[in-house]
Amino acid sequence: MADVEACLLAHLNSGGEVPDSRSYASSLRVTHDELEAVIKSLSAFRIVDTTDITKETWVLTDEAKGYVAGGSPEAQLVAAIPPEGASKDVLREKLGSVFDIGMKTAAKNKWIGFEKGNKDLVLRKVDTIKDDLQEQLKSLESGEVLSDKVIDDLKRRKLITKEKSIWYALKKGPQFVAKRKKLATDVTQEHLRSGDWKDLEFKDYNFGAQGQPIAIGYVQPLLEVVREEIQNIFLQMGFTEMPTNNYVESSFWNFDALFQPQQHPARDSHDTFFLEAPAATKQLPEDYLEKVKEVHQRGGYGSKGYGYDWKQDEAEKNLLRTHTTAVSTRMLYKLAQEKPFAPKRYYSIDRVFRNEAVDRTHLAEFHQIEGLICDYGLTLGDLIGVLEDFFSSLGMSKLRFKPAYNPYTEPSMEIFSYHEGLKKWVEVGNSGMFRPEMLLPMGLPEGVNVIAWGLSLERPTMILYGIDNIRDLFGPKVDFNLIKSNPLCRLGLQ
Amino acid sequence: MPTVSVGRDRFFVALGRTYTQEEFEVLCFEFGIELDDVTTEKAIIRKEKHLEDDDGEVDGDDDEVIYKIEVAANRYDLLCLEGLARALRIFTGTEATPMYKISCIPRDSMLQMYVKPQTSQIRPYVVCAVLRGVTFDEARYNSFIDLQDKLHQNICRKRTLVAIGTHDLDTLKGPFSYEALPPQEINFVPLKQEESFRADKLMEFYKSDMKLKKFLHIIENSPVYPVIYDSNRTVLSLPPIINGAHSAITLKTRNVFIECTATDLTKAKIVLNTMVTMFSEYCKNKFEVEPVEVVSHDGSKTIYPDLSCYKMEVSLSEVVGPIGISLDETQVISLLNKMQLQAESCPSKGEPRISVSVPPTRSDILHARDLVEDVAIAYGYNNVPKSKPKCMTIGGRQPLNRFSDKLRAEVARAGYMEVLTFTLCSREENFDMLNRTQDVNKAVIIANPRTSEFEVVRTSLMSCLLKTLKHNIDHPRPIKIFEVGDVVTLDESRDVGASNNRRLAALYCNKQSGFEEIMGLVDRIVNVVRAPHIKFGQNYYVPTNEPEFFPKRQCKIVMSDGKQIGYLGIVHAEVLRKFGIPDPCTFVEIDVEALL
Repeated sequence: MADVEACLLAHLNSGGEVPDSRSYASSLRVTHDELEAVIKSLSAFRIVDTTDITKETWVLTDEAKGYVAGGSPEAQLVAAIPPEGASKDVLREKLGSVFDIGMKTAAKNKWIGFEKGNKDLVLRKVDTIKDDLQEQLKSLESGEVLSDKVIDDLKRRKLITKEKSIWYALKKGPQFVAKRKKLATDVTQEHLRSGDWKDLEFKDYNFGAQGQPIAIGYVQPLLEVVREEIQNIFLQMGFTEMPTNNYVESSFWNFDALFQPQQHPARDSHDTFFLEAPAATKQLPEDYLEKVKEVHQRGGYGSKGYGYDWKQDEAEKNLLRTHTTAVSTRMLYKLAQEKPFAPKRYYSIDRVFRNEAVDRTHLAEFHQIEGLICDYGLTLGDLIGVLEDFFSSLGMSKLRFKPAYNPYTEPSMEIFSYHEGLKKWVEVGNSGMFRPEMLLPMGLPEGVNVIAWGLSLERPTMILYGIDNIRDLFGPKVDFNLIKSNPLCRLGLQ
Repeated sequence: MPTVSVGRDRFFVALGRTYTQEEFEVLCFEFGIELDDVTTEKAIIRKEKHLEDDDGEVDGDDDEVIYKIEVAANRYDLLCLEGLARALRIFTGTEATPMYKISCIPRDSMLQMYVKPQTSQIRPYVVCAVLRGVTFDEARYNSFIDLQDKLHQNICRKRTLVAIGTHDLDTLKGPFSYEALPPQEINFVPLKQEESFRADKLMEFYKSDMKLKKFLHIIENSPVYPVIYDSNRTVLSLPPIINGAHSAITLKTRNVFIECTATDLTKAKIVLNTMVTMFSEYCKNKFEVEPVEVVSHDGSKTIYPDLSCYKMEVSLSEVVGPIGISLDETQVISLLNKMQLQAESCPSKGEPRISVSVPPTRSDILHARDLVEDVAIAYGYNNVPKSKPKCMTIGGRQPLNRFSDKLRAEVARAGYMEVLTFTLCSREENFDMLNRTQDVNKAVIIANPRTSEFEVVRTSLMSCLLKTLKHNIDHPRPIKIFEVGDVVTLDESRDVGASNNRRLAALYCNKQSGFEEIMGLVDRIVNVVRAPHIKFGQNYYVPTNEPEFFPKRQCKIVMSDGKQIGYLGIVHAEVLRKFGIPDPCTFVEIDVEALL
């Protein structure tokens, strides 16, 4: 093909023209198809200009092509008859469909006859014949012009059909070059080393095609990534992470120390996972335990207490922590033992457990985000201020607060944020000031307040990514394709 | 949080005005309750019967709009229409807090309740009161019954702590006695029945009663059952199960005798106070309650109900300081009044002080801090000016969590995909399916699992990763996943007897096992965790023989001091089969804390 292109370009370059690509192809001794491919490639780059030449010509049908090779049906018939003649059946079997077609013309030409009294026996009447049909077909095939009468006859016998054929007249195009450069698809080491890159001309690139798939790793793009961003907000606000790697907790630290009475519904086995092993905690700080018992039973520190019979057995029952506030409580107790008092900001993001039925929005374990500040003289106004800072970093700048009930916070506030997409206020968390009945028995100084808030990690993540089934986010049923295709988390970029 | 259903129209009549739903929602939000649902009686019945909207008519032609309102769990005074409406009327300033009174009757004409010593074996306390001249209509009567139900569900802890019995006093004759008798000695016609039952037979009978069977356990195994009689030995009730039919309340009842039996006296008093403060509204002398004298078996006498106000004295700064607003005492007093709290300024030389009277309806007020909340609510949470805490602190992370994040990033860079799985799993997954039956003795076991999915806390991440792989089994190979998370095992050295351990686990799945791939990952981790105190020798792989892996294709990972920090192996075909995984896998698990 390169040769064909070189010959054509050389011919045109030397001033020649190609008025008829068909005859030019025969002059090069290549088929017209081969030449046509070269012409198309060159004309696409406007190296040559083409003018179509179309002509209708008669071409042989498949049947006719058979006769060119094997002779006309009548000739085949005559050739098949032995000197003694043959019966129609024998001939039909030998010649197939050709027999019936051949019989007609052979009889008209008087090339055959029948034995008298036996119409079935076909006899040969001539020694040699001239096969006109075969010759006509051969002439047509080689491009000779036949008389209209012959054409009509062949047409009637369905041996020829009309066909449109296209060839070209060629001349130099506006981009004509005597020698075409080879277009590069890539830059190789060889190009750089040899200096060939100077002459490189690039083939157009198909930017509609996708790049190669790449093999990479992924971090869990939903919870883990959102967790990291929320963590960054806490760190920016000066909060220290609490050690939350203790899922097993005693009822004491999970409930009693938070002034949550022993008959509180949250302590029901319907809500909390209690443990068969290890069933009960082995040690609790004795002095503190006495103070907690007293404040539940009879009050103190300015409180009436709950006025019930507090049981140590109940406090010793182990469970899977129902909130990370159990850890906050341990941290505050520890802080209370340190003298002198120093203010703290604490946060944690870790798992909590609820003995709930699992559905599209509930899991038996989920992640709780918790933040708290402990200092002298903190106010509800401070809490509102901190919440506005925290939630606006999460893209929730419109907040509203609703009075709520929580056994260990007073005042307690539910946090609502206006969701622009849903066009309504949605609850996004809970907050409040820890009760004096919780803080004073720990030994924290009078006047020290704790403001705190909590929310789940799953809920804002679901809102953020528009996910309505929590199991698409967390657990063994998460789809790997979701992990692979999730976009970057843009929290913290505003 | 409990939900109270009230008929909207009747409720608006009680509130003295109508609201649009939006206006009402704003009021609820400010007061701290929530309009949970708006429905109709018909819709509720349909829902109960699981009917579609066009499934034809249901019985009851009541198209009244019902508001379902969620209230705080410690506000028992909001559990009925009467209390809710009263609280909102006072909150909006259209009404003052009523004074609840005990009617003045001579001690010798007071009804008495004698408590027998045997009751201390089963249900030691009883408190009583009488509502005189009550006018019921159908709605009031239903509300009266509903409130008892709501109290039974909430503060009474499904009747274990307190049970309420209400009776038509005119069918009875005092004095009454609260006794505890062997079940065979108690005979009466219970509510809604016509025949007399012996108490033990009655318990048997109620085993098939959907509503009552859940209360039977409270007394079932006791040798004596609590029972209340009048002076004619008519049974008033068999608490906490059922009342007698004889003294049943009807729409015509004018004088109501209320008894609350209990195992917790404080709560019994709150329940009785709630019943009488709510429904004395319908008495001839509004908000007046007739007392009953309870005579204990030791002869001590107490008069119930105790409707006295709880007195608190607080300084002005104690109340407004924690909110972060400045108000004078008159302003604070008017805000307290909106929350049903009577208050007055006390004479004092220094800082202004306020004396507060907490009515019997506000049993939730325990501490001055509760007054702070009420003042803040009445002031409006959303009117409190925001401020910033002044303390300067420096943020910081837990080293273990920071280190875990570094490892997570390292493993993700090595081409693994992070997954996040549950800590809770079934016994079968954590032990049997991994061929690790020995580990049961090391695990934290849940005592009250709701389903078999959550029976134990995982002791390894292996079953979690295999389960996750199973759910994505059609994903193109190779599948390379990892998780960094905690497992929990029993630990005698901890106060609670168990401790978490941070693990890193990775799983490789392909047409070949990927044993070398996983070893390559371990080599990388070993390479990056090296530190003066974290040393590995030349050969840190030591062959093992564990049942969860193929023999001779498994090993442990040891530090140069011989301490094992992890293990890996080609997962055994039996284990793969149990998890439904058709292709070979290699698993590695490493103790992250050991590398810190």
